[in-house]
Amino acid sequence: MQQVFKRPQSLKDVQTHFCPGCHHGTIHRLVADAMDLYGVQDRTIGVASVGCSVFLYGYFDIDVVEAPHGRAPAVATGVKRARPDSFVFTYQGDGDLAAIGTAEIIHAANRGEDITVVFVNNTTYGMTGGQMAPTTLVGQKTSTSPYGRDKSKDGSPIKMAELMAQLGGVAYSARVAVDSPKHVLEAKKVMREAFGYQAQGKGFSFVEVLSACPTNWGMNPLKANARIGEEMIPYFPLGVFKKEEA
Amino acid sequence: MSKRLFVKGNEAAAMGAVEAGCRYYFGYPITPQSDIPEYLSRELPPLNGEFIQAESEIGAINMLLGASATGARAMTSSSSPGISLKQEGISYMAGAELPGVIINISRSGPGLGGIDASQSDYFQCVKGGGHGGYHIPVLAPNSVQEMYDLTMHAFDLADLYRTPVMLLGDSVIGQMKEALIPNPRPVRELPAKGWAVRGKSGAEQRVVKSLFLGDGELEAHNWHLHAKYQVMKEKECISEEYETADARLIVAGFGSVSRIAHTAVTMARAEGMKVGLFRPVTLFPFPEKALAQAAARAGKVLVVELNTGQMVEDVRLSVGAAAQVSFYGRPPGAGSLPSPEELLEVIRKNYEETAR
Repeated sequence: MQQVFKRPQSLKDVQTHFCPGCHHGTIHRLVADAMDLYGVQDRTIGVASVGCSVFLYGYFDIDVVEAPHGRAPAVATGVKRARPDSFVFTYQGDGDLAAIGTAEIIHAANRGEDITVVFVNNTTYGMTGGQMAPTTLVGQKTSTSPYGRDKSKDGSPIKMAELMAQLGGVAYSARVAVDSPKHVLEAKKVMREAFGYQAQGKGFSFVEVLSACPTNWGMNPLKANARIGEEMIPYFPLGVFKKEEA
Repeated sequence: MSKRLFVKGNEAAAMGAVEAGCRYYFGYPITPQSDIPEYLSRELPPLNGEFIQAESEIGAINMLLGASATGARAMTSSSSPGISLKQEGISYMAGAELPGVIINISRSGPGLGGIDASQSDYFQCVKGGGHGGYHIPVLAPNSVQEMYDLTMHAFDLADLYRTPVMLLGDSVIGQMKEALIPNPRPVRELPAKGWAVRGKSGAEQRVVKSLFLGDGELEAHNWHLHAKYQVMKEKECISEEYETADARLIVAGFGSVSRIAHTAVTMARAEGMKVGLFRPVTLFPFPEKALAQAAARAGKVLVVELNTGQMVEDVRLSVGAAAQVSFYGRPPGAGSLPSPEELLEVIRKNYEETAR
């Protein structure tokens, strides 16, 4: 019998600690798939950020450096410059990347560091218990926006993938979702493309992944999954915003 | 014969870093240390090294964290307000046991303060600075030669103890020009970096981290760090003594002010006063034993600092009841650097009190 589906080699054979309906597991798998495709597991150094994804060294069978909150792109810069033959990616949430780490992501991208950034946007701070994030939608209630995000006071949700596309150092920037088999397959293609830019030494690549956080959204997994298509994608359109030709 | 150069303290530190094998530097411009990034931006690229002018002090310390995690010798430098911003990263490096060298050519504060010679950051540098109750070795050069020599030593200490190491100077030490003999890097046996991330290459996964959530893990980690600090206290104290053998008054000072105190002590000796100088070169670990011995012989210690009294606390803890401790300080700011004559007057007053 032919095996047609298996755990990517870059992932460990362990259960994750993620909540039911959380998409981190799916996104981890897509990242591992891209690593396997280019055969870079043995020379990959992952940079973990602060948030639910901090434990990625428990799931990826690769070397990992843990970064302070928001600083993963700066840490990754140091790693890649000191070991240019290594394959380096960061995996960051929306509070980490788009709030406290704004300076680090913009300047790593603008320098065109030859790294890949996986940005998980679930419109909330997951690990700290569902506070308002820079990506929280207008009107969305969170534990620190109990009346709903107020555009006049809290500003509008940041569209990072589009913002990245404006920077000269960025070779590739895209937004995907993982709420349906169709979207997962598209996300897989995009993740492979983004990692491919680094595999070929073509510069900075960025993938934003729209993701569910049922626990902090106060929804069951199915409803949370549906919210991505109903509320998030209309504001955060999917697509490739920049793709530099070789 | 070794060549003799005439360079600034800041350049000497940068040269020491290059001689020590540092090929990665990450920094941000701030007075009075900008000669260091300027020098290294010129010298590292031809050596196949990397220089990055970071977006911020925070960016720079985290680039250092990343480069150090790969096992490379790497450095950053800054000055007081910039060091405040780096404290987060220094704490993470201390927690993850990452080597790395941080040069702090400090300035005066609090706040934006000024750029004058100052020792007002002794507490910040020596007592942890960031969160979490850690220590890092702090070296306090008082000459251009020591800026060079101690920078090389800092890299060795960093690798030996897997810790960030700080070199603490100020504008006097960083900006003045003196003769420098650029000796070759000392040979020291250092442990292999079996912890460094490299891409696992079919071997065991390596993880560099400071998060320990398992039952008892973090407590054990803190005891491990504590034990390391005890070894440093035992083995790594450096101090210098001048005319202390028969002294009845010991002047204690570090860094720039020790140069002025040295002149004042020489002047006091010419007047027949039995005065000596004790200069801690390592501020952490503090040379408690050497100071306690010198202080017990003399019976009195006069601490001189460019602040309102910081190192004096460590002096009191070191000497206990064995000697009387007095303090003379000038808080930093334009025009606040004491002259040798001013210190001689303070010495005279303290010496007369001991004679009574």
